[in-house]
Amino acid sequence: MYEVRLHGRGGQGAVMAATMLASGVVAEGRFAVAIPSFGFERRGAPVAAFVRIDDREIRRMTNITHPDCVMCIDPTLSRSVDIFAGLKPGGALVQATEKPLSDLVTPETVAVVGVIDAVRIALDIFGRPITNTLMLGALARATGLVTLEGLKRALAHSEFRDAGLRQNLIALERGFHETAVQKLKQAAA
Amino acid sequence: MTAAMLDPCVTKNAPEYLVCEGNEAAALAVALARPDMVSVYPITPQSSLVEHLAKLVADGRMDAEIVDAEGEHSVLSVLQGAALAGGRTFTATCGPGLAFMFEPYFRTPGLRLPIVMALVTRDGLTPQSVWGGHQDAMTVREVGWVQMYCESVQEVLDTTLMAFKIAEHRDVMLPVNICLDGNYLSYGAARVTLPAQADVDAFLGEKDVNWHAALDPQKPMAIDPLTGGAGGKGPATFVRYRKGQCAGMQNALRVICETHDAYAQKFGRRFAPLVEEYRMADAEFALLTLGGMTGAAKDAVDEARDAGKRVGLIKIKTFSPFPVEALCAALRGIKALGVVDRSVAFRWNCGPMFQETLGALYRLGRPLPAASFIGGLAGADITVEHFHRVIEQTEALLHGAAPKNGPIWINEND
Repeated sequence: MYEVRLHGRGGQGAVMAATMLASGVVAEGRFAVAIPSFGFERRGAPVAAFVRIDDREIRRMTNITHPDCVMCIDPTLSRSVDIFAGLKPGGALVQATEKPLSDLVTPETVAVVGVIDAVRIALDIFGRPITNTLMLGALARATGLVTLEGLKRALAHSEFRDAGLRQNLIALERGFHETAVQKLKQAAA
Repeated sequence: MTAAMLDPCVTKNAPEYLVCEGNEAAALAVALARPDMVSVYPITPQSSLVEHLAKLVADGRMDAEIVDAEGEHSVLSVLQGAALAGGRTFTATCGPGLAFMFEPYFRTPGLRLPIVMALVTRDGLTPQSVWGGHQDAMTVREVGWVQMYCESVQEVLDTTLMAFKIAEHRDVMLPVNICLDGNYLSYGAARVTLPAQADVDAFLGEKDVNWHAALDPQKPMAIDPLTGGAGGKGPATFVRYRKGQCAGMQNALRVICETHDAYAQKFGRRFAPLVEEYRMADAEFALLTLGGMTGAAKDAVDEARDAGKRVGLIKIKTFSPFPVEALCAALRGIKALGVVDRSVAFRWNCGPMFQETLGALYRLGRPLPAASFIGGLAGADITVEHFHRVIEQTEALLHGAAPKNGPIWINEND
């Protein structure tokens, strides 16, 4: 079982991204469960969502405290939330940031990093800083957890239609192709 | 209206496997069951369920009247009228909404109306909280509704479909609650398989709602006239009503089993109808669970088995009517029991399922050390790690530890 914790802010679509990731995995014939964390429904407030992925049916419907991967779809969130809490050694980080990889400070548990300037690209595509589908593309690139094709199929079955669907498909593609990935030496777990 | 007139819209273009939250799974099942009327009032964590219903109607994928009533009391009253007129009906609520609905809620089983309602369970107020727990459903467990608790999103979908068949069965004719845990099941999304509309039509058969007393302008009649009291035919009439309700509840135990069997044959998914026994064959002790907590408990039991502990799990699905015989059968071989509740029985200083189990233990006819655990209140998580502690504390009863006087609060130090 592989566990992903998504961090974002209310309104950026972290919970929707969790469901979309689960749909992408299921579209490939595997099993997935997505669980949102429950807090105050407020734009801008930190939110988290959890995704479990496995080759067999997943029974536990619980939050994730020791993820294999942390995906943060907001570039400022890590200043106020410990997004690395409980991350397993050898874990992955997928981060929206305008910083280059070399400027990123990560704990020793992080073994793989994928970064992308998601806000800039989102403004380019949507005219708004909605980073969720972009970051799913980045996650696929950095971890190989789900294919771009699976995510596209999930989008096609989603509520997105017409221009919204086209924009989000572009966001997925650009998220995948414009993500810089690096394996870190510090954590050879 | 006949099935052939309707386009099988819900399943059209749907992928083989959907990923949807429990609330959406319930709404999709309702659409597949082709109700005549749904009446709704949104309340967290049920809201997305009725939003999905409204959207299904607005998109033309569900051919039902939808009444957006001014409150839950009206919601159920509207449905009573629709059911008395022979309509298949559905609603959903939770917590404070259920409290506001209580007067017609109590009246529904007495009227023998097969209304189906999803109870997206929520903890009780106060302290203020908007999150899951079983306190609302437990508070109304003695009102005469059939109540079935679900473990997974797929079970929510399948049980919602079965609920219509159980409620409308002529030996039952009682309202049914499908209980799904607020938050973890209502908003938790998982892979589900959507049955084909034609198969659902065949499974549910011809609609047979309220054959005994339909409102009909051509045949005016009084419904629910004043009865009871101490004179005339009052006492005997009132007793006849109550005996009928009790008989319907006992019949429901059989009909729920038959319906689960028929469902498994038609759709290939088999759920334990009353009580599930998991790894119980050679178990020395067991956990007793209810609803959405069960998946994590099964994972913990598997890990404990790998570590050499002879632990099993019993899950109650049908809580009302209480499956006394099936539970006693499940308890037959064990020497200690840990009962995990997601709500509080204030009068007995334990969990409500623990309290009910004490009654079943009397029928079992032998002493069985048992402990009451309460966790998952107001949205708190009951994780695999929590269940490992429950397993350890229950195992201690095997070695002579006396059960604590009062419940063990699982999330006390979280």
